[in-house]
Amino acid sequence: MTYVLIGVNHRTAPVEVREQFAIPEARLPEAIKALTSCAGVEEGMIVSTCNRVEILARTTDEGARLDEFFQEFYGFDADRYRTHLYEHRDRDAVRHVFRVASSLDSMIVGEPQILGQVKEAYATARAVGAVNSQLDALLTRAFAVAKRVRNETAVATSAVSVASVAVDLAKKIFGNLQGKSIYLVGAGKMSELAARHLLAHGAEKIYVSNRTYDRAVALARKFNGDAIPFDQLYETVSQADIVITSTGAPHAIFRKEHGERFLSRRRNRPMFFIDIAVPRDVDPEMNKLDGIFVYDIDDLQQVVTSHVADRRVEADRAEAIVQLEVDKFQARLQTLDVVPTIVSLQEHLETVRQAEIDRVRGRLGALSPEQELAVEALTRGIVNKIMHTPITTLKSAARESPEATTVIDLVRRLFGLRELKVAVKEDEAAVGGGKTRTRG
Amino acid sequence: MGFMPLIWLRVAVVCYGVGLLYSLLLLSKKGDLLAKVVEPAVGLGLIFHFVSLVESTVLIGHLSLASIHYSESLLAFLAMVVFFAFFVRYRTTTLGIVIFPIVFVLTFFSAIGQNPVIITSPVLRTRWIFVHIVLIFTGYAGLFLSFGASLLYLVQERALKSKRPTPLLTWLPPLQTIDDICYNALLFGFPFMTFGIVTGSVLLVEKYGPMFFVDPKIVLSLLMWAVYLLLLYTRWSSGWRGRRAAFLATFAFVIAICAWIANNFSRVHRFIPS
Repeated sequence: MTYVLIGVNHRTAPVEVREQFAIPEARLPEAIKALTSCAGVEEGMIVSTCNRVEILARTTDEGARLDEFFQEFYGFDADRYRTHLYEHRDRDAVRHVFRVASSLDSMIVGEPQILGQVKEAYATARAVGAVNSQLDALLTRAFAVAKRVRNETAVATSAVSVASVAVDLAKKIFGNLQGKSIYLVGAGKMSELAARHLLAHGAEKIYVSNRTYDRAVALARKFNGDAIPFDQLYETVSQADIVITSTGAPHAIFRKEHGERFLSRRRNRPMFFIDIAVPRDVDPEMNKLDGIFVYDIDDLQQVVTSHVADRRVEADRAEAIVQLEVDKFQARLQTLDVVPTIVSLQEHLETVRQAEIDRVRGRLGALSPEQELAVEALTRGIVNKIMHTPITTLKSAARESPEATTVIDLVRRLFGLRELKVAVKEDEAAVGGGKTRTRG
Repeated sequence: MGFMPLIWLRVAVVCYGVGLLYSLLLLSKKGDLLAKVVEPAVGLGLIFHFVSLVESTVLIGHLSLASIHYSESLLAFLAMVVFFAFFVRYRTTTLGIVIFPIVFVLTFFSAIGQNPVIITSPVLRTRWIFVHIVLIFTGYAGLFLSFGASLLYLVQERALKSKRPTPLLTWLPPLQTIDDICYNALLFGFPFMTFGIVTGSVLLVEKYGPMFFVDPKIVLSLLMWAVYLLLLYTRWSSGWRGRRAAFLATFAFVIAICAWIANNFSRVHRFIPS
């Protein structure tokens, strides 16, 4: 049994290539069916987002490739994009799935969406019946690992965009943003984004002022806010708790004396200025006033940078957790691997024992119940003694990964355990020659 | 104080010790180390403290407020009660950084006092003196809490203005929350303080006549009350907070401590009959 994972992501492929592989949500079930109908593919699922496409399958054949799927579904040969595709097997595939789910493979490490996307992909694959025990075990574990990474490291806690840093700071000043108002001075993409973030976190009222009144009106309409003529700026701005400035003015439009006036009008309630403009709209001297907090674009950027650095440190810790979890998962898989062999070994010897008893039964004549028990105990004792060492060896081999397969093979060959009761039909077809691995 | 109450009080001191440790760790930026145990620990301390206070009252048979140790213990107890009330409302233990050390010191000294002098003055047997002391102490507790919050406000304001993401930013509550605590603690404590002073004055006029106004303890208490009033007024009229409010709060706190020390020089508070 093998996990195979083939994929492209934002690091290995430019968007032109990624869009060749991207599968729209509506076609996903169809794609999964195409995947699982390939020869040797037992289970399969596909994650397709704007940053990555991951095709994950569990195959019966170790050498199985998913070429057939590419031909069938995409209609082109995978080799065409070989340089962009990565392929992981078994342990590496497990590790990759864990890393993706934990958002360690994301463009912005720690971003929370990817886990939801993987969960959705998993649900879709489940719905079409492409997920059974093995893939289920892997994904369930991956979700648990993601949760562990989230809880035990700070990889996802800090804000790493200017807009989210602005929200964080606003929350540090005002507590929750419920009922707080925002004043946009000047219109721009960045200030719009920041305003959107603040509104999403509970800010309620929005005012817009711009030198060109029409633009203010347009923007205000977008946010369902009020447009205010630019000449009324100084009278009205103190109504807002958060002011986002992004005008093209060559000099600061808010100076310390303005700040003092605002504060007295607001009875010293704090104000937060987010100055995105270059050159700056807010005189840095304003920050010296009690109750006024001024962050310019560099200040925000600096916070972002330090958070990104923090995340990198945390990501290292997260990688260590993933490594540990991969080991654990692998060990469990191998124990599962070894179980059928132990079971069939026990069954095999039990059949031999029964057959031998039946064979000599006639010659023994009538036995008293005590004698019956003694024979039973004697034969069982011999069988158990013989089985003891092979079983212990198998179990310990399962724990030390590289040996496992060899030992399993050897035991099966020595005892002639070709056919397995637990073996599934297609497995038998795939098992050729001395190869007697089976799935659990 | 009897034997058992002292034992309970010592158990409470140990519990408060966890709180003290928590405050120290917060200062050394390892705040989350004790974060999980600090609430149950000081909560348990509060229960033992309560038991100790009730038992010692019952044992002595009347309210033994004259014992300096008893009153320190009572003050610490009330401070903790007020702290918990604010904890329930604002869900933050960070204020403990100021309150826990104060409470610990107060209970610690009251717990090591083996044989406190119990002054058996008939004045103390009146219920009014008990009311007076509980009111004043509750007022003190509000002031302590407000003082603590105003210091935290300064720290958080500095951190935000420095623009460097410091660890402080992560464990301190938002500025607005600290400010609310600061103001509400003042509002809460003020009526207690006022009525405490009023009852005290009435009692004393009755006992000693108007001459008590020259007593240092009384003068300091009135001064503290005035500063308290000023704090509330500036806040209410022009929204003073941050540096100016912290300055006033510190001033009030220092006077409160002076008034406490003045007990030793005050005739009326040692209950010496005139």
